[in-house]
Amino acid sequence: MTDSKYFTTTKKGEIFELKAELNSDKKEKKKEAVKKVIASMTVGKDVSALFPDVVNCMQTDNLELKKLVYLYLMNYAKSQPDMAIMAVNTFVKDCEDPNPLIRALAVRTMGCIRVDKITEYLCEPLRKCLKDEDPYVRKTAAVCVAKLHDINAQLVEDQGFLDTLKDLISDSNPMVVANAVAALSEIAESHPSSNLLDLNPQSINKLLTALNECTEWGQIFILDCLANYTPKDDREAQSICERVTPRLSHANSAVVLSAVKVLMKFMEMLSKDLDYYGTLLKKLAPPLVTLLSAEPELQYVALRNINLIVQKRPEILKHEMKVFFVKYNDPIYVKLEKLDIMIRLASQANIAQVLAELKEYATEVDVDFVRKAVRAIGRCAIKVEQSAERCVSTLLDLIQTKVNYVVQEAIVVIKDIFRKYPNKYESVIATLCENLDSLDEPEARAAMIWIVGEYAERIDNADELLESFLEGFHDESTQVQLQLLTAIVKLFLKKPTETQELVQQVLSLATQDSDNPDLRDRGYIYWRLLSTDPVAAKEVVLAEKPLISEETDLIEPTLLDELICYIGTLASVYHKPPSAFVEGGRGVVHKSLPPRTASNESVESPETAPAGAPSNEQPDVIPTQGDLLGDLLNLDLGPPVSGPPLATSSVQMGAVDLLGGGLDSLMGDEPEGIGGPNFVAPPAAAVPANLGAPMGSGLSDLFDLTSGVGTLSGSYVAPKAVWLPAMKAKGLEISGTFTRQVGSISMDLQLTNKALQVMTDFAIQFNRNSFGLAPAAPLQVHAPLSPNQSVEISLPLNTVGSVMKMEPLNNLQVAVKNNIDVFYFSTLYPLHILFVEDGKMDRQMFLATWKDIPNENEAQFQIRDCPLNAEAVSSRLQSSNIFTVAKRNVEGQDMLYQSLKLTNGIWVLAELRIQPGNPNFTLSLKCRAPEVSQHVYQAYETILKN
Amino acid sequence: MIHSLFLINSSGDIFLEKHWKSVVSRSVCDYFFEAQERATEAENVPPVIPTPHHYLLSVYRHKIFFVAVIQTEVPPLFVIEFLHRVVDTFQDYFGVCSEPVIKDNVVVVYEVLEEMLDNGFPLATESNILKELIKPPTILRTVVNTITGSTNVGDQLPTGQLSVVPWRRTGVKYTNNEAYFDVVEEIDAIIDKSGSTITAEIQGVIDACVKLTGMPDLTLSFMNPRLLDDVSFHPCVRFKRWESERILSFIPPDGNFRLLSYHVSAQNLVAIPVYVKHNISFRDSTSLGRFEITVGPKQTMGKTIEGVIVTSQMPKGVLNMSLSPSQGTHTFDPVTKMLSWDVGKINPQKLPSLKGTVSLQAGASRPDENPTINLQFKIQQLAISGLKVNRLDMYGEKYKPFKGIKYMTKAGKFQVRT
Repeated sequence: MTDSKYFTTTKKGEIFELKAELNSDKKEKKKEAVKKVIASMTVGKDVSALFPDVVNCMQTDNLELKKLVYLYLMNYAKSQPDMAIMAVNTFVKDCEDPNPLIRALAVRTMGCIRVDKITEYLCEPLRKCLKDEDPYVRKTAAVCVAKLHDINAQLVEDQGFLDTLKDLISDSNPMVVANAVAALSEIAESHPSSNLLDLNPQSINKLLTALNECTEWGQIFILDCLANYTPKDDREAQSICERVTPRLSHANSAVVLSAVKVLMKFMEMLSKDLDYYGTLLKKLAPPLVTLLSAEPELQYVALRNINLIVQKRPEILKHEMKVFFVKYNDPIYVKLEKLDIMIRLASQANIAQVLAELKEYATEVDVDFVRKAVRAIGRCAIKVEQSAERCVSTLLDLIQTKVNYVVQEAIVVIKDIFRKYPNKYESVIATLCENLDSLDEPEARAAMIWIVGEYAERIDNADELLESFLEGFHDESTQVQLQLLTAIVKLFLKKPTETQELVQQVLSLATQDSDNPDLRDRGYIYWRLLSTDPVAAKEVVLAEKPLISEETDLIEPTLLDELICYIGTLASVYHKPPSAFVEGGRGVVHKSLPPRTASNESVESPETAPAGAPSNEQPDVIPTQGDLLGDLLNLDLGPPVSGPPLATSSVQMGAVDLLGGGLDSLMGDEPEGIGGPNFVAPPAAAVPANLGAPMGSGLSDLFDLTSGVGTLSGSYVAPKAVWLPAMKAKGLEISGTFTRQVGSISMDLQLTNKALQVMTDFAIQFNRNSFGLAPAAPLQVHAPLSPNQSVEISLPLNTVGSVMKMEPLNNLQVAVKNNIDVFYFSTLYPLHILFVEDGKMDRQMFLATWKDIPNENEAQFQIRDCPLNAEAVSSRLQSSNIFTVAKRNVEGQDMLYQSLKLTNGIWVLAELRIQPGNPNFTLSLKCRAPEVSQHVYQAYETILKN
Repeated sequence: MIHSLFLINSSGDIFLEKHWKSVVSRSVCDYFFEAQERATEAENVPPVIPTPHHYLLSVYRHKIFFVAVIQTEVPPLFVIEFLHRVVDTFQDYFGVCSEPVIKDNVVVVYEVLEEMLDNGFPLATESNILKELIKPPTILRTVVNTITGSTNVGDQLPTGQLSVVPWRRTGVKYTNNEAYFDVVEEIDAIIDKSGSTITAEIQGVIDACVKLTGMPDLTLSFMNPRLLDDVSFHPCVRFKRWESERILSFIPPDGNFRLLSYHVSAQNLVAIPVYVKHNISFRDSTSLGRFEITVGPKQTMGKTIEGVIVTSQMPKGVLNMSLSPSQGTHTFDPVTKMLSWDVGKINPQKLPSLKGTVSLQAGASRPDENPTINLQFKIQQLAISGLKVNRLDMYGEKYKPFKGIKYMTKAGKFQVRT
């Protein structure tokens, strides 16, 4: 007597037979028939044709039959909306049933029927159930609100269910509280702007009380909700942490991880000197370790999260290395994650153990895992300097095994070790060379070629080795070709006499026989360098290499902080913020760790707030990258990864010059060079930028003579604002402002490296803009910018660049390039940097011009709350090159007549009316180009108010 | 929250689907099948698979994939924990969790799943409560139901569902009142070639079977509670009392439940009760390799080691093994290359050994990897961590219950590298 009997069919046709049984008089037969129907439904058979017959069975006092019919209804109501209405009456009646189980069941089922017509009837019963005396019904009704919201959000809002739901947070029953929180969280997720869960200390207290008493699932909802709260000070944070800590001992791993999230987030607010901070750190380790003894699927999610935690707070698990050791029958996805964490935890103290383990893994069966293990050995060498020697000898042992893929991986990582510790382990080169023939993967071949080129002077037969690679040049992958080209050039520079033929051969292969533009470009550069200035070539090609960073795949600190707020979610599994992958990206709220606020200083707002505020306005004017790219093509982007030697060439020469100017002229000579990326963009912007520098400064000297005395101090300079946040530029933060001093405009920049790797090769380029602003000199960053370092640069600007009217007028789009990528941002410059020093108009001229400009060009503005008198206003404006032509006193009011001239020769005339004792001035502006008036007014405001 | 659930067998058939919100087409599982194809073994299918509109989270147990479909950001551990709970519930209801059993009880399965989640939110996952709502099928009940026309769906609201002790129903009555506790410890260890311990840790659990009348309040104290610094409790345990006095105080659920699980980590010294001596060498296919392993007791605190099973995955190149054991039986599967030796008890006077030769496939070169030896064993009446229960007291009820404590140590993931 099992349910499989429900699947047996008869010849007559299943549906027909079922129909007859459903309409049978016998209760037992009816029930059996409904069971058969459900059984067919579960395996995906379509039994929707039986809808009326099944619904007929609904009016019954047999609870099992009722439940079965409800199951059926939920599945098929959508396809038969008209029929579903037939069921409404029974539902409404059931919502009044004395048995709470039936009331709850009815309201629950009704919510699952996703038919508009039915939802209308649902509202009244739902309202009653939300206030039901029985908590079981209330908690079911709470979830029902979320269901209804999913079907018809407007209806839920109109009916005021959201407020009722919010009231349920204060319910006496913890299960009801938990479900209300869950429902509100789900609704809030689809409406990120709505302030559904406004948490305050009172509601937090209620949640914390419910947390202790509700079910495990309810605890997860409440903890996730708590994580969104920002305590007002460290004391509150600590008290919440204290009440959440017991959850770390819960048997349900999801509860544990949600608790870890709350603690990791609030810990940020605690001072590290606090005793409690240390206690909390100690308490976090055991539950995380315990997660690793669970089922492999749970382990995987836990490991992905531990990976984040280890990066944020390595001290928590620093003594727990051993639990990450790999068991041979772990699933591969667990193995790879464990390996990653092992490297992150590797330190001088435990490196011996780690290496022994890694060596063991390198003999395992799974190829992917073995490869990663070999790479891990290399990463250890780079991370823990003391272990480098041991790592190298371990790698050599592995090379001796002659297992093909092990050897190849080993060579790739040895290359990195050579980069990190130059001139230390060259003794192993001989062993490497023995394995030359077995290398068949491009990455390994490229690595080997790099080593040969780099140490050409130590390898007697370097030329033979490289020549052997050259034979099949065209069959190699681009990576290998580029590397081979560079290596042979290096060899030539080191041993010019014997290798002339070889270098000629490779240059002609690269430039004439290749259709890969990267390869051809690099070939031409080398060729030209070698033929014009071999000394310079040596400096470029054999330049000292920048250090490679300690750990290559750490997550950006800003992203890491965001991800810590998402511990336990999918975002933490993918190590991406939810905005990057959540369906539709419907306005995911950006989360960040709370700033550390001590309770005693909480009265004053933290300094971070005002600094952050101005930057908020900036992103509005940033156009999409696509628009910018087209205009900014004249900034040479270069091949994305051009191999180590090329990346070093920037030191004094500036990569842009080398690639841009040099290649342009070179291309001009070579007719077959069409198609290089530099041809696409006219060099117009680049050339005047370089020529402009002397000219600009010469002119300003001239202006200087004519300008008045007051101009010496220079015009008003706004404080630096963040133009490009580190989040958007892979760790490069740019803040800056504009200045005008004795006739020259400059852009004062502060570059901050918030990434983990050194930044070099900076270059800057402006898009065409309304006043032709352009850099007058290349961006000079002399030393590479190491992590957490910042540098201040003043970039001189001129106004002879190409002009294009921007919206808004003073919008400036800027591209900054470094060794990592090219970044775009845009900023608004204050117009007064364009007010020239000879902007004082003759009185007669002023009168004539004022009359001449039509009245519709006049614009009037109010300058409010300026405490200065006419004298002070006049002198202050003069220092920013707004000159007072005349002054009159009319009916007790001071009238100032002023003039200014923009760099492009546009005159602006102004009449400023000042009433003594009244801090509000009236400003009338007349100009032939009325669109600048608005910005001139803004300049007035800034100058007068600062 | 959880949108849908698909049950998929190892040959890739979807044999059950359940939707808690709108219906998600089963074609979404195609992404799962792709991942399944890429993975060499079923165990290696990644537990989280993204698809353009959904996420698939899966667990693999009893040769069945339980694939949950979610559409919004839901904590993955929440979903995976829930899936494991589904499997446990099936096992609890039907004794075993397998495709035929699920198919045989498809209606009960459906009813249970409907009770466990509402709109993707967990509703009732405690097996005590579920069993009150949907009675598990028994032969007797089926017969009775057919005769009397009664059903196996409870029509009363489960009493435990909303009380302060949701895990226990009221009005429990037994004629024999008894409480049994099993302290079971599993040793996870990696032993290296030379026999020294690389990692060793103990995963311990205290499982209870409590059949007591009324609302008993129990306290359980230990001789050495300091051992337990990393514990996870059943919700019934009063955490504050544990924090302050190191005493377990709780109102137990009715029937079988896991009171606590604990973890004794590598820092504390973990005793290793067995050792394996091994001498395995492969030669080229022209000559035979040697294979010899001996198992012996190490730190057993005077107890006997029994139920010893040695398994080892041999390298692909191995053609056959000709071995003879001093005791027990052994098998070698030439297809999967799995060697298994059922040793039984270890007699310290006469250590069990397995000796013989290994032949490689013609032309195969010497394998690069060394086989790892997997060990299973049991030791009765011993908790290897040294954990001992001091006493068990009952308050709140008048009768005298029968109490019992059992200890057992087992091998968990116990691996010896060669």
